[in-house]
Amino acid sequence: MNELAKDPLNLIIGGVGGQGNVLMALLVGRALVNQGMVAGVGDTYGVSQRGGAVASHVRISKDRSYGPLIPAGHADIILTLEPAEALRLLSQLGNPNTVVITNSRPVYPPDVSSGRAKYPKLEDLFKALSDYSGKSMVVDATEEALRLGDPIFTNIVMIGSLIGADVVPIDRETMAAMLAERFKGAALKSNYVALDAGIALVKSVI
Amino acid sequence: MAGIDADAPGTTELMMGNEAIARGALEGGVGFAAQYPGTPSSEIIAVLAGVAKNMGIHAEWSSNEMVAVEAAAGASFAGIPALSAMKQNGVNVSSDFLVNLGMTGIGSGGLVLITGDDPSAISSSNEEDSRWICKWMDMPLLEPTTAQEAKDMVKWAFEVSRVAGHACFVRETTRLAHTRGKVVLGELPKTEKKAYFPDVWDMCKPAKSQFTAGPFGILHHHLHERLKKVVPMFEASEFNEYAGPEKPELLLITSGICHLYCTEAVNMLGLGERVGVCKLGASWPLPEVFIETQLRRTDRVLFVEEIDPFIEGSVLEMAACLACEMPPITFMGKRSGHIPSWGALSTDSVAMTIAELMGVEYSVAGRTKEYQEGLTEAARMVPPRAINLCPGCPHRGTYWIIKNALTIDGRHGFVSGDIGCYSLGFIGAGFFQERTMHCMGGGIGVANGLGNLKEFGFDQPVLAIAGDSTFFHACIPAIINGVYNKANFIFVIVDNSATAMTGFQPHPGVGRAATGDPAPIVDMEAVCRAIGARVEVCDPFDIEGSTRTLLNLMADESSGARVLIMRRVCELVRGRREKTRPYKMRVNPDVCAGDSCGCNRLCIRVFGCPGLIWDEETGRARIDEAICTGCGLCADICPQGAIEREAA
Repeated sequence: MNELAKDPLNLIIGGVGGQGNVLMALLVGRALVNQGMVAGVGDTYGVSQRGGAVASHVRISKDRSYGPLIPAGHADIILTLEPAEALRLLSQLGNPNTVVITNSRPVYPPDVSSGRAKYPKLEDLFKALSDYSGKSMVVDATEEALRLGDPIFTNIVMIGSLIGADVVPIDRETMAAMLAERFKGAALKSNYVALDAGIALVKSVI
Repeated sequence: MAGIDADAPGTTELMMGNEAIARGALEGGVGFAAQYPGTPSSEIIAVLAGVAKNMGIHAEWSSNEMVAVEAAAGASFAGIPALSAMKQNGVNVSSDFLVNLGMTGIGSGGLVLITGDDPSAISSSNEEDSRWICKWMDMPLLEPTTAQEAKDMVKWAFEVSRVAGHACFVRETTRLAHTRGKVVLGELPKTEKKAYFPDVWDMCKPAKSQFTAGPFGILHHHLHERLKKVVPMFEASEFNEYAGPEKPELLLITSGICHLYCTEAVNMLGLGERVGVCKLGASWPLPEVFIETQLRRTDRVLFVEEIDPFIEGSVLEMAACLACEMPPITFMGKRSGHIPSWGALSTDSVAMTIAELMGVEYSVAGRTKEYQEGLTEAARMVPPRAINLCPGCPHRGTYWIIKNALTIDGRHGFVSGDIGCYSLGFIGAGFFQERTMHCMGGGIGVANGLGNLKEFGFDQPVLAIAGDSTFFHACIPAIINGVYNKANFIFVIVDNSATAMTGFQPHPGVGRAATGDPAPIVDMEAVCRAIGARVEVCDPFDIEGSTRTLLNLMADESSGARVLIMRRVCELVRGRREKTRPYKMRVNPDVCAGDSCGCNRLCIRVFGCPGLIWDEETGRARIDEAICTGCGLCADICPQGAIEREAA
């Protein structure tokens, strides 16, 4: 996909603090600018360094700047590193046409461990995502990253899934070039493998 | 990506607002930059310090905002273009100097001050609107909307400040500071800078360039005259603009990031032919001729700005003077309740207000009432993610020790708090020990009052808390006061060797400058001892020993103000530096008694380190390997001794 389906195309990248969400948004934003788009990337966070819900709002346009945050209900694509965060974001920003791509691996908040709150059954979570979105794709990105040797690759696998789903105007080569600006040597090679694994992974669930 | 100092005019980059400001400073010829870290503006000096050597400039983390602004003004006196950045709280800290700087004027170098205001107080203790200082101190004000504009405005701000003979104030807000946008780079100046304090010395007559605040009467008059010179620049500025129909049914007057909310809301509602938007980028002194032209287009105005009605009030003042010669206008905004008087605005909130005023409907395609209700109901299954201290955070140990010691003491002692990661002492992450929290240095200041109430029967132990960076910033005069006036309190310095909350910036105690160069270490123990306070140093991970020391200090009331330094490096800093875990942690399932223990999941429910989780299958606590940093502290809090550490 090299043309914009609409303007602005609104992409939200969410997860839990510490999962590498901000780096994902930076790579996606840089790739978009590289492909001639105007991309605004607004990060939202609480005061928590780790463990809080975080999201980056990416607003993609041919020629203009939009507000840093996506208005309620206007997300076109929700990409998340954590499945409950996908539903949290869908409820705030989604509409019946929103495309959801989420990692399947939960991160349990302390309130769940202490017994004060419950984490939903994954099947219920995935059903809600599917019921209230245009299309919902669940990928086992953490498992894939573990197979590649380190859970740290989860976010690059998810970027691969975003590209593989063909919903944003970013091609694989541009993203590979963005990775090459940031990583070198063996680390770069592993990131390429993670990127391609993500592309293949999402194609298997489309 | 090309660096922030790339000499590549015309190149397009994706830049965070703060990076764009740093780039604008370089394009404006900045030579001296000083700041105390404060979210959301911290990245500005961090970025400039990173290129300082290459660009031949000075960039520093100053010990507080007042020193930073004073240092920058000093550089301007010697002809060097200077910049200081801060968050809204820092504006207050520097304000006494700024009042006097208005009297003396700045030097030929020019001086730009950046403030990062924080609507909704996302990472602040308040959501103060610092723009008022510009009216208060007759300083010109610029309010950028996008990263591109932030860069261009900061460059221009040096010129404005030289015309005004005063600092030029540039106000960004969190959503601009931390949003990345497209920026086209401009030229970097090639002129060499030479610092020299001006004028010829003659001991029989005053120098022409004298930066002394007196005689005030004439200087105050000069200040007003200088500000008037800025008005034509602002009237002609392209940063002020009107877009919309010739005669709009509704005119929005806005500034900063809210301009994007307004334009997007108008587009979403399809009201481009009926609603006009007036953006004020160069907003104070008010460009009155420009604004009058816009007011004459309409009979309904809505002010859209965040936090305080700064522009609203200023335009209403001028409209009052025009009232007898203009057709009547209905003004709406915060005064009328159409725009909230607190909290950040958004495209949606602005769209809803405009829709109501224009009698149109604001809705999202497909988001029917049925869909929304169903989705909201389904989303109830999403668990909350509470704010917490990081896994391995030394502050968790400190608050555990404080909680233990105050409980053993039994006189209802409490913590008088301060601003930093340890502010989380006011919630469960710090066991609700912190009972006051205001500004940097505020905790120990308040303790000076609470610690001198013996005459009134007050015998509750008072512990003031502050971090190491805060100690250097704002606490030293209060320790001096406590020793001098024999105030009965213990000042707990949580020394984690970093300004952690804002991004681990170095400070005078860590031996490293902003540029990464080695720096002398200011010894906080020696400072406190020299003042005359009794000083003890403890490890927040030594629960037993530190609790004993704290109880001992609490008993020693005759010593007046006492200092307890809780020293252990921030876990995030240590983790990045050492990339290892000190211990491999494990919950022994044969020893953990689960829910039959009687501790009621103490390790998770009270201690609350995110590295400890509950295993529903076994009904026992468990270590989350992906989160645990291996600090080992939790092994000492389990009543059964079920949490085990082994050397990693």
